[in-house]
Amino acid sequence: MSNRIINVLVPVISIILGLLVGAVVMLVSGYDPIAGYAALWNGIFGDTYAIGETIRQISPYILAGLAVAFAFRTGLFNIGVEGQLIVGWFAAAYVGMAFELPKFIHLPLALLAAAAAGAIWGLIPGLLKATLKVHEVIVTIMMNYIALHIVNALIKSISHGGFKLDKIQETASLRSDFLSELTDFSTLHYGIFVALFMVFIMWFLLDRMKLGYELKSVGFNENAAEYAGMNVKKNIVMAMVISGAFAGLGGAMEALGTFGNISARAGFTGIGFDGIAVALLGANTPLGVIFGASLFGSLKYGANNMPNAADIPIEIVSIVIALIIFFVASGYIIRVGLLRLSKKKEAK
Amino acid sequence: MEYVIEMLNIDKKFGTFYANKNITLQLGKGEIHALLGENGAGKSTLMNVLFGLYQPDGGQIKVKGKAVNITDPNVANDLGIGMVHQHFMLVENLTVTENIILGSEPTKLGMINIKDSAKKVAEISKLYGLDVDPFAKIEDISVGMQQRVEILKTLYRGAEILIFDEPTASLTPQEIDELIRIMRKLIEEGKSIIIITHKLQEIMDVSDRVTVIRKGEGIGTVITAETNPEELATLMVGRQVTFKTEKGPAHPTEEILRIENLTVADYRNINKVKNLNLTVRRGEIVGLAGIDGNGQSELIEAITGLRKVKSGKIIIGDKDVTNKRPRTITETGVGHIPQDRHKHGLVLDFSVGYNAALQSYYQKPYSSNGLMNYKAVADHANKIIADYDVRTQGEHELARALSGGNQQKLIIGREVERNPDLLIAALPTRGLDVGAIEFIHRRLIEQRDQGKAVLLISFELDEVMNVSDKIAVIYDGAIVDTVIPAETTEQELGLFMAGHNKNEIVKTEEGPVVKEGDDNHV
Repeated sequence: MSNRIINVLVPVISIILGLLVGAVVMLVSGYDPIAGYAALWNGIFGDTYAIGETIRQISPYILAGLAVAFAFRTGLFNIGVEGQLIVGWFAAAYVGMAFELPKFIHLPLALLAAAAAGAIWGLIPGLLKATLKVHEVIVTIMMNYIALHIVNALIKSISHGGFKLDKIQETASLRSDFLSELTDFSTLHYGIFVALFMVFIMWFLLDRMKLGYELKSVGFNENAAEYAGMNVKKNIVMAMVISGAFAGLGGAMEALGTFGNISARAGFTGIGFDGIAVALLGANTPLGVIFGASLFGSLKYGANNMPNAADIPIEIVSIVIALIIFFVASGYIIRVGLLRLSKKKEAK
Repeated sequence: MEYVIEMLNIDKKFGTFYANKNITLQLGKGEIHALLGENGAGKSTLMNVLFGLYQPDGGQIKVKGKAVNITDPNVANDLGIGMVHQHFMLVENLTVTENIILGSEPTKLGMINIKDSAKKVAEISKLYGLDVDPFAKIEDISVGMQQRVEILKTLYRGAEILIFDEPTASLTPQEIDELIRIMRKLIEEGKSIIIITHKLQEIMDVSDRVTVIRKGEGIGTVITAETNPEELATLMVGRQVTFKTEKGPAHPTEEILRIENLTVADYRNINKVKNLNLTVRRGEIVGLAGIDGNGQSELIEAITGLRKVKSGKIIIGDKDVTNKRPRTITETGVGHIPQDRHKHGLVLDFSVGYNAALQSYYQKPYSSNGLMNYKAVADHANKIIADYDVRTQGEHELARALSGGNQQKLIIGREVERNPDLLIAALPTRGLDVGAIEFIHRRLIEQRDQGKAVLLISFELDEVMNVSDKIAVIYDGAIVDTVIPAETTEQELGLFMAGHNKNEIVKTEEGPVVKEGDDNHV
């Protein structure tokens, strides 16, 4: 079996296996898996509206995945994407609400504010790591809680005791009548283009820019980077800042596109944490992140249709979705299995 | 002769590249058979084929005359083939016995029966004179002892044929003697041994026959008693190898490196370089001889800016570079072949091309306006690959995939191509075979002849004697004495390296010795 065939077979087999095990779970719990999967399919691809919503859901996942993948490629483990995304969401929503500016200034400014907020949230763990060698995993986890509660407090104080900010100005919105009409009035917005543009940016930064060469060197081998005269500390901080900016933009998708404001939250959005899985599914490459985010986004959105159309309780749906993702992530096992199979054939 | 293993006309391809081509190796019963070849010649590949890690693309393997198909290491185990790896596969915080039974733990009612196993381990250890304590923890025993645990592991699993992969690479001379004794004992007890190595003296000392491979091809098998190191070297490298490096007299001119009263501390803030003075001039190679741990590492790191200086001065050309950043020092005209090529010299997960640009990536033409020019990086790498004989599948191959000698040639190419005034070469030939060593020595001398200054740090006396124009001996962080190679002997250097100075040494007919009453100096 050639490598190319295996590369195609692995994800296909993993998804099929995931679907099969998911079907067993549904059967055992007394639900009809065929109806369930039909509902899932229709939820993702059923009509242009569903497709629009699915794409909309994918955008923040792409950015969260890029944030994790970028840090990973530079030798850092950014668990703080969730917090960076929340502060980005807040910054975009606030700038979008509080200013009155022409669109060509307002929208970029709101996006920039989100990126900057996320960047600052990444800067702190970056600085601590570079100067005091505090492990970034601990700091970023804690920064998530700080982000959640500070943002809630800010919302409360700005809205004079309320639980959400006012809607953003039209001039800061990513919403698009054109995309919306195209997809049967879904909430699809321009955010997907921002996300795809950032995929390009990540590739360009890592594989074309001098900065990317340095960041990767430091990530792979700090000692060799120092030997080569690179400023290791500066590069660690830089990597966290850029990663945080990606995450902050993920928040902007929600603020300027999907919701148009920010509300106080009882808990995390989950997008930032799913970003870890998205990045790993995509092997931490820019294009891979698109694949991972598409899988996550479409399953997440399509699953909403399963309780309605097939009467499957949301708990079972969550298990089935998790199983499918689990099997895709276990692609390695399937790859090994396939290799062994082809080896045996060769031996005969 | 009765053969226990026959590898007949073995081919192994990776893509279009032949790692092994038409290699035949026949291991007789009770024989120590050496497999000799340069770094990257395909020795490990061939043994991995025998051990079932790779499947051959052509040829046949016979064990005790019967054709076999070794599909994985378990099959090899069942056939009585055991491998003693160069990098030991041991769990540090388990005991010897626990490590040996790992993977096939004998159990009684679900409990591991460690007592019986330990007894069996002790029995085998005694039979072969291994002298291993079954209850010792791996982290507490020496490297030589750990290797014996590896040997025990293969014996415990019933190996009749033992493959030793570069077994002496990390052993002290005393441990090597001990290993040779153990190998002889194994043979006495009816085992057969294949030893993979590129060290010629070892082969002469221990083996019965030698199979030589060169660039993946089988060159032939010779009887050790009927050959000599020179012939083996020629077979291995494919041309005459000179053990003594040819060089003309040095013509030193102005000073390039001047170190004044330098004191450097290590990470525990203990002074490792103490008030050291040293100069290196254009057109000369200064060899820094000494036993490992006498401040060499700290000295190099201080010169290259990787470690802060406590006091004293380092002057390169006419610039004071004390405590300057590594890049500032590099740009002053310093090339640095680092002591540890994996730690400092290379980014192993980068391609050969990326690594070739490691010191100059930020300059034109490799980058401009913040953008890399990977075309220029590749061209530069290809030039180094061609000029420095770096054997690789291409500039896109990961540096990790290169053999040690080729990694080193890549580093040397990178540093020399930058045309530095001062070249610091720290242990440039560590772990390399004769061909590569000769190549590197010639390059160093070439630099000298072009009017560059070379500082060579080495733990090998014959390397220092051979290559240097001047030898400075370092002991306990200071230079004990500086001598001319032609005017000294290895014995005298050995005494300097042990800390004796010239006044304490008298020359006798048997060579230099320490004066009476002075031998309690160290």
